Amino acid sequence: MATGIRDKVAILGMGCSEFGERWNCGSEELMVEAFQECLTDAGIEKNEIQAAWLGSCFDEVNIGKSALPVSMTLRLPNISVTRVENYCASGTDAFRGAVYAVASGACDIALAIGVEKLKDMGYGGLPEFSSLMGVVNQLSMANMTAPGAFAMLATGYAAKYGLDIQDVRRAMAHVSVKSHANGFLNPKAHLRKIVTEEQVLNAPQIAYPLGLFDCCGVSDGAACAIVTTPEIAKSLGKKDLVSVKALQLSLSNGTELAYNWDGAHFVTTSKASTAAYKEAGIKNPRDEISMMEVHDCFSVTELVTMEDLHISERGQAPRDVMDGFYDIDGGVPCQVDGGLKCFGHPIGASGLRMLYEMYLQLHGRAGDRQLKDPKIGLTHNLGGFPFMNVCSIAIVGKYGE
Amino acid sequence: MVGITSYGGYIPRYRISRMVIAQNMAWYSPVIMAAASGEKSVANWDEDAVSIAVAAAYDCMTGRDRKALDGVSLASTTLPFADRLNAGIVAMALNMKEDGVSNADFTSCIKAGTTAAISALESIEAGSKNNVLVVASDQRRTKMATMVEMFFGDGAAALLFGKDDVIAEFKGSHSISCDFIDHYRGTGRAFDYGWEERWQRDEGYGKIIPLAISGFLEKTGMQIDDFDKVIYPCYFAGTHKEIAGKLGINKEKIQNNMHAVCGDTGTAHPFVMLVAALEEAKPGDKLLLASFGQGCDVMAFEVTDKIKDFKGPRGIKGSLANRVELASYQRFAKFRDLIVTDLGIRGEANPNTPLTVLWRKRKLLFGLIGAKCRKCGTPQIPAMPVCVNPDCCAVNEFDEYEFADREATILMFTGDMLSASIDPPAIYGLIGYDGGGRTMLDFTDCDLNQVKVGMKVRMSFRKRYFDERRGFTGYFWKAIPQSEGGDA
Repeated sequence: MATGIRDKVAILGMGCSEFGERWNCGSEELMVEAFQECLTDAGIEKNEIQAAWLGSCFDEVNIGKSALPVSMTLRLPNISVTRVENYCASGTDAFRGAVYAVASGACDIALAIGVEKLKDMGYGGLPEFSSLMGVVNQLSMANMTAPGAFAMLATGYAAKYGLDIQDVRRAMAHVSVKSHANGFLNPKAHLRKIVTEEQVLNAPQIAYPLGLFDCCGVSDGAACAIVTTPEIAKSLGKKDLVSVKALQLSLSNGTELAYNWDGAHFVTTSKASTAAYKEAGIKNPRDEISMMEVHDCFSVTELVTMEDLHISERGQAPRDVMDGFYDIDGGVPCQVDGGLKCFGHPIGASGLRMLYEMYLQLHGRAGDRQLKDPKIGLTHNLGGFPFMNVCSIAIVGKYGE
Repeated sequence: MVGITSYGGYIPRYRISRMVIAQNMAWYSPVIMAAASGEKSVANWDEDAVSIAVAAAYDCMTGRDRKALDGVSLASTTLPFADRLNAGIVAMALNMKEDGVSNADFTSCIKAGTTAAISALESIEAGSKNNVLVVASDQRRTKMATMVEMFFGDGAAALLFGKDDVIAEFKGSHSISCDFIDHYRGTGRAFDYGWEERWQRDEGYGKIIPLAISGFLEKTGMQIDDFDKVIYPCYFAGTHKEIAGKLGINKEKIQNNMHAVCGDTGTAHPFVMLVAALEEAKPGDKLLLASFGQGCDVMAFEVTDKIKDFKGPRGIKGSLANRVELASYQRFAKFRDLIVTDLGIRGEANPNTPLTVLWRKRKLLFGLIGAKCRKCGTPQIPAMPVCVNPDCCAVNEFDEYEFADREATILMFTGDMLSASIDPPAIYGLIGYDGGGRTMLDFTDCDLNQVKVGMKVRMSFRKRYFDERRGFTGYFWKAIPQSEGGDA
């Protein structure tokens, strides 16, 4: 009988580069920036790492295929390295590889690193991906972009709950206003600027009904984690350990797109969060989760995700958002570091960046945005589209609590 | 009895007022003011001679068994492929049989439609075929500020020929074939090259059509007065009238050349005008049809009692009524690729079309054919080896299931300004078909302000992309929201 991952693996150290338009950096410099911080934090030598996982999504921009870019860049000692690509869940999935390797006893110390160098394309948004989704989709799927794919969710959500689209937009605007306020406090964030609800609502339209401020930053960046067993971490003199409580993935199987979906929720997030709470021993997430970093690629994604994390009731996320429940001083602070919206979204790094914030908060090292005594943090990624996606959820907390 | 057993037509939804063209371009060529009355039909940017032919063919085959067709002929001078049977694309979109079927392109001359019709009728008379669909279409690009830009519209019409339930009996034909060149388009050239108008109308239309009709009457012993409608294309209004005068045709018997409502649709025009005549015809009416282009084909039909029971499709009348004014000349010019705009770096992606996949997935990619699970009955698209119903997951237990004829409902949608599009925003959404099955499709012929969740959509075969590097046109089905009217 599987016992789950809870408390089997501890985070020994973490690092995260500054996110943003890093015109002077390639994926190599970004990886080294995150890795050096991580290695210093872990307090070990590079040669003690026994296996590594690299998360990156768009290999055709800058970095290239395979796990060689990380092995070559960090001059790893010819250890096993695996590249993981699972859309926006790539970073968390790389972390899962390292965590599972340690939990299985296959190795003592493992590295997970995520990186994305997007600003070598020459245009805004993500790379054109019609030809990257498989050949049948290339020849038949709508002429879609990421904002368009998620924008549709807002129309589906409004229709399902009989809401005026302007009311949904207002809640979406609050999501972005809150993330901008949080990101302003974070020195590593890509976008550090306060915005108002009016500004968000009046911004140029990107994909109806999403405006510019409903969309997250497209950024360069890297983040990484070194993991080991709690026993080894203690033997290395670490105290107040942060351990992994749950790690879950859930992938679409085609029902949303081709069978029976209400168009107003994330099937995978709903399943992954249920499994993650069970694995972590969480009974009431609304009370037990101290803080979250969710996949706010678009404001509507975050809004709807609150219901699939079973923290807001179905149809009630707009009310909770407008009540400030997810604000930094709310019941479950969300995107405390600014989120994808303002910290930025270098795809392969994002899952690890979220864990980095949870790790800092749990260690009381989050500076101006430090929350009071957080115990459990949840991170969430959604790669792909509302109707066809990869969802990853990680829960971390203080070891033994 | 051999003759027409069904008809269909398609005029694109956009119409541009000729006054709008004149207001924009008469500074360059004041002579176009002379033709600045009425409006012409404009194919959307994602339409071409093949896609509008498919629309007319579906219209003609409404409620009929497409598997019973022995062949489809496509007549057009603006076909997207010089070597690849264009009629074959129409046949795949219609989900016709492949075995025992013979399809053909008739091209290089705007009378190709009537030539294809005569050939189809001869094969039926000879007994070698029973049901032949002939579709004529044209979507001609014209240079800016020219008379032909004023005259030409886009359109298609289809005629089904056979022996059973004939609504208009074929009463004979006569042809003149000669190398009279009023205009030509050299291989690889985008635009027609025309001789002066005097030559085209006085020595061309004005002489050859009367000569061919007189020849027909002489050959058959019929009189011009026997006919209730005489149908012939000629976009020169004066010449159109003069032809009637030469032949002694009463004014009310001349079929309108449709200059006011859609313009001259080239190869399609004799069929478009004939379909318009059939839409008004009563049993016993005799119709005389003539075409023009390196000669002239003349064909006679007599409408039968069966026309009373004929359930008319949308036809020319219906598609003319489905009209939206294109107020912007620039937008028209962009649709025809006459002006250069910046599609952005995102628009530079140029994936090659894998011909292997086009063949393997042709049922899906051309016919919009999915599957219905034999175990749980779930309709689904695309057809995959494992049933999409998670409670079923039957493997390889499917029957073919057509979606192209089905209505669907919008479940979610957007208008995307980021997508590289010739006509932004790119509108698309998830649709659920009546009876089950759902898919994500591009929308077309719609206005974002009018699209709503819950709105009905119909399927339309459209151009999806043009690969400029390799000259390949890709097609797929799109959804047309069924809104009333709407702004261009």
